[in-house]
Amino acid sequence: MVISKLVGARIKRKEDPRLITGGGTYTDDVRLPGMLYMAVLRSPHAHARIKRIDLGKALSHPGVVAALTGEEVKQVCDPIPALGPIEGMKLALRPPLAVGKVTHVGEGVVALVAESRYQARDALDLVEVEYEPLPANVDPERAMRRGAPVIHEHLKTNLAYSIKQSVGDVEGAFQRAAGTVKARLVEQRLIPLAMECRAVVAHYEPGPGTLTIWNTTQNPHVLRGFLASMLHLPENRIRVIAPDVGGGFGSKIDTYPEEALAALFSIRLGRPVKWAEERMENFQATIHGRGQLQEIEVAYDQDGGITALRVRIWADLGAYCQTFTHAIPTLTLTMLNGPYKIPNLAWELYGVYTNKTPTDAYRGAGRPEATYLLERALDLVAHRLGRDPTEVRRRNFIPKDAFPYKTAVGTVYDSGDYEGALDKVLRLANYTALRREQQERLQRGDRKLLGIGLSTFVEICGFAPNMPDNATVRVEPTGSVTVFTGTSPHGQGEETAFAQIVAEELGVPMEDITVVHGDTLTTPQGYGTLGSRTLPVGGTAVYQAAKTVKEKAVQLAAHLLKVTPDKVSYEGGRFFVEDIPDRKVSWKEVAEKAYSPPPELPADFEPGLLATVYFKPSNFTFPFGAHIAVVEVDRETGDVQVVNYFAVDDCGHRINPLLVEGQLHGGIAQGIAQDLYEEVVYDQNGQLLTNSLMNYAVPNPAMLPSYTLEASVTPTPVNPLGAKGVGELGTIGATPAVVNAVADALKPLGVDPAQVQMACTPERVWRLIQQAQRRRR
Amino acid sequence: MVCAPFTYHRPSSLRQAIALLQRLGEEAKVLAGGQSLIPVMKMRLAQPQHLIDLGGIQGLSYIREARGAVRIGALTTHAEVEASDLLKRRLPVLAETASLIGDMQVRNRGTIGGSVAHADPAADYPATLLALDARFKVVGPEGTRTVPASQFFPGPFTAALKPGEVVTEVQVPLPPQGSGASYQKFANKASRFAVVGVCAFISLNARGTIRSARLGVTGAADHPFRATAAEEALQGARPEERVFQRASRLVTQGVECVADVHGSAEYRAWLCQVLARRALETALARARGG
Amino acid sequence: MLCNIQVTVNGRSYASAVEPRLLLVHYLRDVLGLTGTHIGCDTSQCGACTVLLNGKAVKSCTVFAVQADGGIILTVEGLAKDGKLHPVQEGFWEEHGLQCGFCTPGMIMASYALLQRNPNPTEAEIRHALEGNLCRCTGYQNIVRAVQWASRQMAETQPTPAPRRRAGRRSR
Repeated sequence: MVISKLVGARIKRKEDPRLITGGGTYTDDVRLPGMLYMAVLRSPHAHARIKRIDLGKALSHPGVVAALTGEEVKQVCDPIPALGPIEGMKLALRPPLAVGKVTHVGEGVVALVAESRYQARDALDLVEVEYEPLPANVDPERAMRRGAPVIHEHLKTNLAYSIKQSVGDVEGAFQRAAGTVKARLVEQRLIPLAMECRAVVAHYEPGPGTLTIWNTTQNPHVLRGFLASMLHLPENRIRVIAPDVGGGFGSKIDTYPEEALAALFSIRLGRPVKWAEERMENFQATIHGRGQLQEIEVAYDQDGGITALRVRIWADLGAYCQTFTHAIPTLTLTMLNGPYKIPNLAWELYGVYTNKTPTDAYRGAGRPEATYLLERALDLVAHRLGRDPTEVRRRNFIPKDAFPYKTAVGTVYDSGDYEGALDKVLRLANYTALRREQQERLQRGDRKLLGIGLSTFVEICGFAPNMPDNATVRVEPTGSVTVFTGTSPHGQGEETAFAQIVAEELGVPMEDITVVHGDTLTTPQGYGTLGSRTLPVGGTAVYQAAKTVKEKAVQLAAHLLKVTPDKVSYEGGRFFVEDIPDRKVSWKEVAEKAYSPPPELPADFEPGLLATVYFKPSNFTFPFGAHIAVVEVDRETGDVQVVNYFAVDDCGHRINPLLVEGQLHGGIAQGIAQDLYEEVVYDQNGQLLTNSLMNYAVPNPAMLPSYTLEASVTPTPVNPLGAKGVGELGTIGATPAVVNAVADALKPLGVDPAQVQMACTPERVWRLIQQAQRRRR
Repeated sequence: MVCAPFTYHRPSSLRQAIALLQRLGEEAKVLAGGQSLIPVMKMRLAQPQHLIDLGGIQGLSYIREARGAVRIGALTTHAEVEASDLLKRRLPVLAETASLIGDMQVRNRGTIGGSVAHADPAADYPATLLALDARFKVVGPEGTRTVPASQFFPGPFTAALKPGEVVTEVQVPLPPQGSGASYQKFANKASRFAVVGVCAFISLNARGTIRSARLGVTGAADHPFRATAAEEALQGARPEERVFQRASRLVTQGVECVADVHGSAEYRAWLCQVLARRALETALARARGG
Repeated sequence: MLCNIQVTVNGRSYASAVEPRLLLVHYLRDVLGLTGTHIGCDTSQCGACTVLLNGKAVKSCTVFAVQADGGIILTVEGLAKDGKLHPVQEGFWEEHGLQCGFCTPGMIMASYALLQRNPNPTEAEIRHALEGNLCRCTGYQNIVRAVQWASRQMAETQPTPAPRRRAGRRSR
């Protein structure tokens, strides 16, 4: 596809008029007559046996209609499935409500429904549950040791799976190395914290026997399939609608207990049931992100060439395997090479159950973890060799002319120009001037130290060859166009981006195009919006469907114009014959004739002007970039502020740069948030100490900088749009850049860069400064 | 989130409010701006049977100067304190402190009387009101009394109020010529409360030495306090770096600092020292400037 | 025990009998059906529920409906006049100041309140004024631009334009 005046243009979003006027419809906005409200009683313990549940008082509370316990639910509903379990793994699936035992704080124990939201909440206080507390597993490394309390007794261990592999001659490389560095890095748990908490409305209509679910989901079709199997209902009797969804960042990929519970109540009572998560529930009952403990050892030669890596990862899975819980850490392994030609690698990965909320996909999902450990390690090598971090990267980059490139770990990168991105960002940031300023501040003894951090990275996106997606492009008889997609946006702006693609291809005005998504009744089977796949996979399907429709329209126009299709041109909404300008037919006429074919059309002309196309990519896409973070560290308090942020990102062709930049801004912000502010803290008993926005610091506008962006464009050969996907790019780049900047700022004080850990909270940074000063004295 | 049910009272006079409080006793709570109370009620950490809303009482929202003090009505919002021209002129540190509380929306609803009566150990006002030697006018069944700030915050979430008493006015004495004050806050990045906040007040005499100095500290301990040992070290001294440093080190003398996920006791003690020094330096510059 | 309240919301008067514990945000959403105002946290941090009560931005999840008795309320639904968007709304659209749109009503109302008080805010003033509003999608840069866009637009349509502190747009 060529970049033209529509594709590649900064077009304002079609979604916005409803959203800026309060006219959006989010799940909690759906109101149905006779609706009941559900509330869930959650475990206060990390690990405990349920001795007794007494619902008597709760059920007699005014307005309360029904209640369910785990034992009751178990009779009629299966646990939530997990997608693609790892071979041989010990699988602990989540039941909708705890059965016999609770395994993390916030696990549902009882669900009840009442006539009003307030009555349902009041009744929770009247449920009596007796627990026998058990010792809890908080640390994954300890949880897999012998003697640790076993969470799922039938599995006999907390170790869900382990993977050990190596390529090349790792031992030899370490023996021959000019030097080695080692670090132990923490990828702390994070709360994804979409601004909209989760919600569900379930409406079972006994007459037709259909179940309609409105849900805050990123992939309605997957939810429909899961619910069908859990509830033993035919899939075609379930309709899942994802209305406007207020962000997800991965957390709304999963199917959660409440979808099944609301459905069960609705089926049982024949009334619609709504549940809306509260924020404090969200902290406990919606998946967490990250949660890895990483060890990395690097062997390098005297020029800073990386000759081998040894990586060991403990993944903190939490109490259950939800949709992709087990799979996320394995994505880290696929990207261990990063943008570098490292020949020898050995890795070990342990997926471990703990008495905590399950982890799953959170923006980047496994890849920031890979980028982080590599980029931190490269800086350590540079530090050890006394070289600038840029030099070590240049020494190791996969060269521009090497694509497609198969890395040592076996991933095949589509296209890239890593050094080009680095050059660009160095110019953009005026790197030399920044280094000069850093020195000047040091010489002056300024209170605020300047730190400059670099990250050069590549990620795996456009999920996936085994996750095709589709689109239907339907030209209505009046010429307007409806696009149906199996992807399911929650802020990305695909109503706009997809309309641009179709407008370009069909020559129809943007306002005449409607993009329909998030409804399993009207849209074909898809995998939703995740893994930066919407544009490269779903968008390609839209493009191909539009192309197919266009071909048919040309064919029809040719018949009407009484020429062969190759003589027909199309421009400005008109089909015409070259050289005979008055022989023309409008788009609208062609659309109309497609549905009411005139007699002169051949008998084999199939009426209608629509096409459904599935696109199955041949490979993932590999967007990349180079980021520079500039931080100030208050050497007295340890407080860090990002004062400037420069990013060169390459996501291939940009259909709408406005949307691309928006994704990058938000992605970088979430990276900075992990670097400096956000951190889930459990105490040793598995109590969640950061349980609300009072104590978990999501950055507000005053805590984040402005971002200076520049594009690099290396199209992917994997799809005809040449687009790679951009949803996760910013986060993946930002995560190491800021921490490298903090480590850089602290070096002159004698702080060992390997000791710098996320989140770089003021106290953590202050402690590093204090320790370094004590050592120096 | 849903509060537990309660009976709502909206008295139209202070007398009515006090009578209600007296009658309902422990079962009742006073609602001013609600920015502290409503969140804890939503979490059901507080479940009062009765809520007495002062919002219907006229005449409790004002900022005026009289008899050598600025008097601020209990229902004056943080936003009004922040924007007050009188305060910006006469007690700029108080407007500055108000501007750092919570966020714009919270400042639009939250009141100075509600804040001090709630006595959150990490609230901003107490530090500054301690340093400015404010007094609180309190009205109750037995009449009116005034309580100095230094005696008003005896413990966590505890104000020195007797049953049935309501704070009606905050009185801040006008500082003499050659005085300056500064509030330095290290904010909890999540809640915007103070991890530690220190307000320093310095008054210089004609020779340029320190006539008096006061330091109010919030966030560090389980209740806001005056750093008396530090104040004594400053009294009569020359305002110079060495003196400030010594005084800053004394801020937490005899104080047990609290610890939570936002800072250990050790870190809080360190912040007290750093912020006290910064507050003293700024206060001094202001004292010299006017 | 129910309490009778009377409020004016977006120019329309409503009388209701409500439980005293009913939060203003639930009153707007569940009783009046004005679902443009959202709930994003339980603890008064996120600002998604921001509305104007008697001309001031407040978090409607931290106000009881009974406290608003007799009050005048403006929600995001009441901002556009005669089908014409308010400049703040336009600014958010023009500058891509929203993605998922969930924080947007609160963000728009807080920005509106800021511009009423300070028609020509600096970037730092905008960021400070919006400290009580969280957005997880945009990283805030385009929200800042949206407010600046609205500020310029409002200055141009005012009879006596406020002095412009900064000309033109910052480079991207």
